Amino acid sequence: MNESAPNLEALKRRIASLEGHASVRADRLFTLGDEAADARIGGGMAHGRLHEIFASEPVDGGSAAGFALMLAIRAASALPILWLREEAGERAGGLHAPGFAEIGLDPGRLILAIARDCVTLLKAAGDSLRCAGLGCVVIEPWRGTRLIDLTTSRRLALAAEQSDVTALILRTGAEPGPSAAQTRWGVRAAISTALPADAPGNPALDISLLRHRGGPDGLAWRMEWNRDQCSFSATPLSGAVLPLPAGGSAAADRRIA
Amino acid sequence: MRLAAVDPHALKLGLVPGTTLADARASVPDLAVFDHDPGADQRLLEWLADGCERYSPMVAVDLPDGLLIDMTGCDHLFGGEAGLIQDMERRLIRIGMTVRIASGYAPEAAHALARFHSRPATDEAMAVRRLSVTALELDAEAEVGLRRAGLKTIADLAARPSSALSARFGKPMADRLARMLGQSDSRITPRRPLPALVVERRFAEPIGRVETALKVLAELTGEVATLLDERGKGGRRFLARFFRSDGAVRDIAVETGLPSRDPKVLERLFRERMDALADPIDPGFGFDLIQLGVDRLEPLPAGQLKLEGGAAAETAVAGLIDRLSIRLGRNRVRRFAPKDTHIPEQAVLALPAIEAATPARWESPETGEPPLRPIHLFDPPQRIRVAGAEVPDGPPRRFQWRQSQHEIARFEGPERIAPEWWTLPPGRRGLTRDYFRVEDVRGRRFWIFRHGLYEREREHPDWYLHGLFA
Repeated sequence: MNESAPNLEALKRRIASLEGHASVRADRLFTLGDEAADARIGGGMAHGRLHEIFASEPVDGGSAAGFALMLAIRAASALPILWLREEAGERAGGLHAPGFAEIGLDPGRLILAIARDCVTLLKAAGDSLRCAGLGCVVIEPWRGTRLIDLTTSRRLALAAEQSDVTALILRTGAEPGPSAAQTRWGVRAAISTALPADAPGNPALDISLLRHRGGPDGLAWRMEWNRDQCSFSATPLSGAVLPLPAGGSAAADRRIA
Repeated sequence: MRLAAVDPHALKLGLVPGTTLADARASVPDLAVFDHDPGADQRLLEWLADGCERYSPMVAVDLPDGLLIDMTGCDHLFGGEAGLIQDMERRLIRIGMTVRIASGYAPEAAHALARFHSRPATDEAMAVRRLSVTALELDAEAEVGLRRAGLKTIADLAARPSSALSARFGKPMADRLARMLGQSDSRITPRRPLPALVVERRFAEPIGRVETALKVLAELTGEVATLLDERGKGGRRFLARFFRSDGAVRDIAVETGLPSRDPKVLERLFRERMDALADPIDPGFGFDLIQLGVDRLEPLPAGQLKLEGGAAAETAVAGLIDRLSIRLGRNRVRRFAPKDTHIPEQAVLALPAIEAATPARWESPETGEPPLRPIHLFDPPQRIRVAGAEVPDGPPRRFQWRQSQHEIARFEGPERIAPEWWTLPPGRRGLTRDYFRVEDVRGRRFWIFRHGLYEREREHPDWYLHGLFA
C-alpha cells in the first residue's frame, strides 16, 4: 500500500496533464466553513472553476438559489458578484435584494444582468468570466435547455480558469448532463433547527456532491447557513448514514471523474 | 372638406388651398384627391431635419411645412452663406422636394421671407420691411383692422410706437414684430442638445462600404481622444452620426459608466452596439459626412492608464457593465438601492448599473436572526388556497400552490404591513397584509400573507404567496 501511493500520485498528475487540466493549487480554494466537510472535499472548493448546482424540483428553487448565493459569498471575498438570469426566469420569480442582505450579502455588491434568451445569457457569461475584477459569476439559465452541452461548459470553464473568476451554474428543474464542471451539487430544502416559539430557523439545505473532478464524490450533508458568520455548519443527518470512505484511501482515489 | 395643399398643375387650374372639395371637384372633375396626413408630413419634416443637421447642429422643425436652421458660425465650411444655401437647395431638389429658402438675421424674418413675396431690396432688413402685413400671420380680423388703419407693410408698422400697437392689437403681435425686425432677441430651439465636442469628416465622393465608414469612425475616435486628453476630460456619451448623400442619417450612440477617452475601449463599445443593431447600417448611395460627438464630459486626469489592484478591478467591472449594458439594454444590467418603505415589492430601487457608479449603502440585518425576507419575490404575488386558518390572526395549517399541497410545520408571524395610506387616493382604504414565514414538513420555507384583516377589512380575505426563502 505504501509504495503504491507515490506511484498513484504520479499517475494522477500524468492523467491530469494529459487531460490538459491544471490541478488546483491549495491556496486557490474557498472553504464552506465546516471543517469536517471541507476536509472531506479536499480542503475546499476551487476558485476560478466552474461549479454546477442543481435542484431537481422547481419548488426547491429558493433553496438552490440560496445555496448558489451562499457559495458565491464564500468565493467572492469582498469583490462584486454578477448574477446572470434569463428574462423568463426573472419574470417567474424576481431576485429580491433585501433577501440577499438577509442571507449575508451586501446588495451593493450585487450586479444583476438579464438576458433575453439562453444564447445571449451564455455569451454574456463567457464575457463576464473574463473580467478579473469580479469575485463570482452566477449563471442561471431558465429550465431545461439543450444549449448547455459539454462544449459550452468547457468554454465557460476555460474562461473562468484564465481570469480566476469562480463560475456557478444554477439550474432549477433541469437534469444534469455531461459537463466540464469541477463539482456538481444537488440541493434540496431541509427542515431547519427551530427557534423559540417553533419559528423556522436558519436556512437548512440537503446538499449532495454528485460529481467531483479529481476528488471524492457521492457525499451528502445537511448544512445550516449562519448568515452572521457567512458559513455553513453540518448538522448530523438523522436516519441512515451514507457509507463515506475514509480520507486518502485508494478506493476513493480511484474514482477520478 | 377643404383642400389642404395642391400641386402646381392644380394651381394653374385655379385651385388653391382653402377651396372646398365640392367646388374643386366641380371645376376639375378628374381631380386626384388624397387624405391629408399631418403625421406623415411631420415625420417627413423630421427626416429632412435630420439631413439638414449636416449644415448645423441648430435645426428646428417649423410646422407645418418648414425648417429653421441657424447657420451662425457654420457657413464657412461651405464657402459662406450663399454656398451653404446653394448646397442645401441642390440636395433637397435632388431628393424631389420643392423648396423655397430664405435667410434672415432672425428666425421670424427668415420664416416670413421664405413664405411671402417681397419687393426687390438691397438687403434683408429692407426686404423684411417691404413685406406686407400678411407676413405677420395674424388672423383675418386683425389683418383687416391693420389695413383699415392704413398699415400695409412691415415698414408702416415699424414706424409706429410699439406701445400703441400692443394697446390696439395685442402684445403678441407687437412682440412678433419686434422679433421680425431684429429688435428683440429670438432663438430657435434645436431638436437635440448640442454636444460638448464634435469632430467630423466630409467626403466629396460618398463612402459606399460600411467597413470604410467604420475605419473613418476609428480615426475620429482617435481625434476625439486627443482633444479630450488636452482638456483633461473624458466623455460618458458618444454619438456617431452617419449622413447619407440622399439625406438619411443613422445614429449610433454608446455610453460608459465612468468617463473615458480610450480609443480602443470606445471602438469596442461601438462594435458591440453595431452587432446588437436590429437592422444593420445601410450606406445607400454612400455616406458623405461622418460625425462623432461627445457629451457628458467629466474630469479624467492624465496617466490613468496603468492602474493597480483595486482600481484596475473596478475599471474592469465598469467596462464589463458598459459592454453588457449595450448588448442587453441599459435597464437590464442593474444595481440595487434600498427604498424607505415597508411595502416589500417597493423596498428596492433597481438602477441601471451604468448610472450607479458607487454602490448604494445597505443596512446590515440584525445579528442572531434568521432571514426575514425571501430571496425570490413574485410579481404579482401568487394566489394560494388555504385550509385551517386560525381566525382571526393565525396562519393556515396547509396551503395549495400550483397543484401541490404544503403542510405547514413551523411558522413565525404575523408581521403586519399596513398600506401606505398617504399614497392612496383620498377615500380609498388599502388592505393590511399579515405576513407569515412558514416552513412545510419537507423543509421548504415560504413567505405568505393574508390580504386584509379578517372581518375588520375583509370578510373572506385571500391568501398569497409572495416569496421563497432559501
